[in-house]
Amino acid sequence: MNAPEAEIQQTISDPRLQLAIYTATGRVMDLRAKVVSDEALPDYQALREEANAIKKHTIENLDHYLEQLESNVVAHGGNVIYCRTGQEAADFVLDLAKKRGVHMLVKSKSMTSEEIHFNERLEEHQLEAVETDFGEYILQLAHQRPYHIVAPALHLTRFDVADIFTKELGIEREEVIENQTKIARGVLRRKFLEAGMGVSGANFLVADSGAVVIVENEGNARLSTSAPKIHIAIAGIEKVIPRAQDLAVFLNLLGRSATGQPLTVYTSFLSGPRRGAEIDGPDEFYLLLLDNGRTKLLADPDKRQSLYCIRCGACLNHCPVYRKIGGHNYPWVYSGPIGAIITPQFHGITGDAWLPFASSLCGACAEVCPVKIDIPKVLLKLRAEVVEVQRREDSGGWERFAFQLFAWIATHPRIYLSLATLGSIFFPLVPHLGPLKKWASQRSVPEPAKQSFHQWWASRKPTS
Amino acid sequence: MTAREQILGDIRKALKGTAGQPALIEAASRSSSQQLPASLEQLPAPTLRIPRSDRNLYADLFGQKFENLGGKCFRVRNTSAVVPAIAELLTQKSAVASNSPFLRKCGITGLPQVHAGFTERDDLKEACASVDIGITSADYALAATGTLVMLSSPDEARLVSLLPPSHIAIFPRSHLLANLDELLSILPRPADQTSSMVLITGPSRTADIEQRLVRGVHGPGQIFAVIVDEE
Amino acid sequence: MSTRVSLFVTCIVDQVFPQVGIAITQVLERLGYRVDFPKAQTCCGQPAFNSGYTEEARNIARHFLDVFQDSETIIVPSGSCASMISHHFADIFENDPQLLAEAQALEPRVFEFSRFLLEVAGVEDVGARFDGVVTYHDSCHALRELRIKAGPRKLLSKVRGLTLAEMTTAEECCGFGGTFSIKFPEVSGAMARTKIDSIQQTGASTIVSIDSSCLMQLQGVIDRAGLPIRTLHLAEVLASR
Repeated sequence: MNAPEAEIQQTISDPRLQLAIYTATGRVMDLRAKVVSDEALPDYQALREEANAIKKHTIENLDHYLEQLESNVVAHGGNVIYCRTGQEAADFVLDLAKKRGVHMLVKSKSMTSEEIHFNERLEEHQLEAVETDFGEYILQLAHQRPYHIVAPALHLTRFDVADIFTKELGIEREEVIENQTKIARGVLRRKFLEAGMGVSGANFLVADSGAVVIVENEGNARLSTSAPKIHIAIAGIEKVIPRAQDLAVFLNLLGRSATGQPLTVYTSFLSGPRRGAEIDGPDEFYLLLLDNGRTKLLADPDKRQSLYCIRCGACLNHCPVYRKIGGHNYPWVYSGPIGAIITPQFHGITGDAWLPFASSLCGACAEVCPVKIDIPKVLLKLRAEVVEVQRREDSGGWERFAFQLFAWIATHPRIYLSLATLGSIFFPLVPHLGPLKKWASQRSVPEPAKQSFHQWWASRKPTS
Repeated sequence: MTAREQILGDIRKALKGTAGQPALIEAASRSSSQQLPASLEQLPAPTLRIPRSDRNLYADLFGQKFENLGGKCFRVRNTSAVVPAIAELLTQKSAVASNSPFLRKCGITGLPQVHAGFTERDDLKEACASVDIGITSADYALAATGTLVMLSSPDEARLVSLLPPSHIAIFPRSHLLANLDELLSILPRPADQTSSMVLITGPSRTADIEQRLVRGVHGPGQIFAVIVDEE
Repeated sequence: MSTRVSLFVTCIVDQVFPQVGIAITQVLERLGYRVDFPKAQTCCGQPAFNSGYTEEARNIARHFLDVFQDSETIIVPSGSCASMISHHFADIFENDPQLLAEAQALEPRVFEFSRFLLEVAGVEDVGARFDGVVTYHDSCHALRELRIKAGPRKLLSKVRGLTLAEMTTAEECCGFGGTFSIKFPEVSGAMARTKIDSIQQTGASTIVSIDSSCLMQLQGVIDRAGLPIRTLHLAEVLASR
């Protein structure tokens, strides 16, 4: 219900963590700026417009494109499973694993799977799901959730990793990052080759091709989707784009916005099980299309743009609030500005009513969003909804009273003018007034003016 | 009600379409007389941005980008010059080569340390998991980004460019394209061709911990390209 | 071209920083403009709107429309208030065609102060003198909604004796955000301290902005830290002789 004030304070007062967050996000901000500059990408703004238009069109015709996607997946020998909830997705996988005698599967990075607690659900039924992305693998060992949509282990140092590896893998302490990577590679290589199933997410679902597109830098998604006999892709229904050729717009934006790379190391365009005389690749392909509340977001024409998100993480990197409070102080797996707008829409506005207010509305997020989601506008709508609920429940407290009073004063100029002198009485009281006490704890309260501008103007000799 | 019906129905309700309308499409078939919603007409044709530049410069540009990413690029005059150019890379190493006819032409498959001719998945997997180098051709290469494009086929298996710690891609200069947009303009529906098209842009890497760049996490950490001028 | 301009001084300048209003008046009058000050003015409604009190914001905005209905040119010493009027009145009145039309008719007549000087008065050099090293803070609404970035810097470059030293974090939010600073005071304070750290690296003794709320935020944290830095509105610098 309330903001996690103590945890936020802890994060802000931790200099090591602050430095880690600031450096990691700052670095990606610079990398991105280089590759979307006028010299590097003169069509950047045009691409954003096109991306926004394609997403808008697709979301507004989502049923059509899902059906087209489904038809093409099936035509290429794959299967489409619609899942209303995370439980349905997990149940399908458990059932298939049982039928095929699979005890262990490998997973590539998927925020959608985090959203539905996929691994936990499987583990309840003794189906081992191994995270193969280096950062996610470490987090899985440490039982932590991602700190950032794109850089999940942003908050960890090599020493944290050494602690985790020693504790969970029982190996000799290793603090050199290159060696830590080798350790993970060795462990996971065996898993890739032994797993009976590979589960991936999808960055895009291509309707005209029945394909999933996965971008990555490590190669674990390629391995997860090419080595095991079964490939399962889990994706939110909003990931659809109409045509393979639309990737020219999205792939030119995604890598640049996310990591400052014109293209990530691997971009896989996968359309079903291996064909004909292809030598390797999975024998079976399942695309799990997840709703889990997305249809709720669809219903609001002003806020459905929240579904355009391509999960690049740029808004997180540029958000001055995220850069102070970090990813774990957000209530859900999606953090930063995008998390702030979708969490209340998925979970209901009253659940985390503080979240839409945890922003100074600086607009840095909207400026860098590759699909031009107007995040501040959605935040404002959510704030108005919270206030509306408080109005109905008569729970607005002092703040509602203060704004009603101010509005009354501001629409009655004679009252406003007569109160001008009260500033000198009000301001010294600020440090003692409840919520304003904390505001005042961070700063010196300004001196009230001896004379308001209104008063100064009134006392001027008239100029002709 | 199935999950499918519910989700599609919820979508239509949310978009103020007809609630509970049965699915328009049967798998793999759609009547052309179906009335499309007006808004579907509004999606403009994709804008593909293909630079108008001299194709002769593509090999140099590709080489530059490829090496900026940490790869090594060779240019040779013809197919007979390939083996000498990469001989050093293969010394004391074992390799798997794909079934690409171009590799045979370049004399790769005949080399003693190269295992080729795999047609069974399990044999291929085992071999790729144990050798030092995977050798493939490349269906296309993108000059603007130093990208190799590999389509899965009986000639090119997926795992050859993925499992071994090093990858060598040998391809004719004529396979070079300007950029991703040009690739999509000549291949508008990759799924018609193959179950897997992969764009490879540099060696496998991660910077997950302290943004420290490490190469060769899961995919090959060392990549080489050999561009052959005359096929 | 009319030499009459109306001043919307904004509630924060009126109550806390009247010297900014005085400075603007001086600059405009020196340039030959007749400054008109509609006395019934109060607020643009931004604090209410940003906190989700749309009904209250609507009432305040409607009052603004009434007060300024006859003004041909309205000058505003604040990027965020100017943006509220130019961009967000349309959001507030989206369901009221009559008021929406009035708001849209108003929009081309509203000018943030620096934009007025450069684009309407056509002036870059107002004859100001200010000795010292100054750094400029890009307030968020001005930067991102009104696209004001080069203009104030151009005006500052013509001020005799003034040296402009850019901070590395010029475009980062100061942390005020209205009620944000009350609801999340630690985060707000931390954001301001990050800015002030980078400002100290410029060697500037004065921070200049076109938004008094940002300056109030920064000055508050500066004073708490006991640093020898002061904040001035652009108008105050341009009025200096």
